[in-house]
Amino acid sequence: MSAVCVASVGNVLVWMVWLAAAVACLGSGLLVVTLSNPFFSALGLIGNLASLAVLYLLSSAEFVAAAQVLVYAGAVMVMFLFVIAYLGGRADAPWAGGSPLFRASAVVAGSALLAETVVALLWKSSRLSHSPPVDSSFGSPAEIGRLFLTDHLLAFEITSIVLLVAAVGGVVLGIKPQEAEQS
Amino acid sequence: MMGPSVPWYLFVAGVLFGIGALGVLLRRSPLIVLLSLEIMLNGSNLALVAFSRHFGTGDGQVFAIAVMAVAASEVCVGLGLIVAMARKRLALDVDRFSELRG
Repeated sequence: MSAVCVASVGNVLVWMVWLAAAVACLGSGLLVVTLSNPFFSALGLIGNLASLAVLYLLSSAEFVAAAQVLVYAGAVMVMFLFVIAYLGGRADAPWAGGSPLFRASAVVAGSALLAETVVALLWKSSRLSHSPPVDSSFGSPAEIGRLFLTDHLLAFEITSIVLLVAAVGGVVLGIKPQEAEQS
Repeated sequence: MMGPSVPWYLFVAGVLFGIGALGVLLRRSPLIVLLSLEIMLNGSNLALVAFSRHFGTGDGQVFAIAVMAVAASEVCVGLGLIVAMARKRLALDVDRFSELRG
């Protein structure tokens, strides 16, 4: 009896944390899209990434949550904030200036995507509603590392090449034009 | 599985993807387009992690980490392009980037 009680209290707690994280996630996502100042948009994206990390933790993906906080909220967002600070006020640009028809069709396309997702979920949700329990090693760094070095070795190597190419591309794009003219 | 089941996660993922798509379509500042693109990628990442939990295999999480790496490289190149455009005194407005000549 007491075990059942503890399990249900834990369930309610998980639901509450999940709801808070989901609301924070969607709200900060809306803020990113609607705010006109890119600096505040970037701050909203940091909140979005942090609440997503909570959602990852709740679906027992510990390593992905840690990577999310370290890579995204750490490295990528610092890069974004540096570029926004470098550009200053020039980065502000208003909403789509095209015809009202274009804007209306963009909204229709976005809501069609959303409606499609909801319909597909309602269609198949009974099949997805029961997930088998997983053991505690699921999603741990050791398990992810084992998968990366055995089953997904090719994906691992390709990812490293993609990162190298992007780093070289970033350096090439960052070379100042006048230095290139002088040499 | 404690707490909400997989369809709830997928719902949040779908709504996030829709929000990001609206941002990409409706905003003109290339910086905010990049930020919205990140939201779209994160929505797909959440779906990958939720399905990984549903099937009890770590493959979805491995794919999510690969998506994260690709997103980081995309931000690197995209921000480099934006800075290069700002140096050339071009207007930072995606509607006015209509030719490839510098």
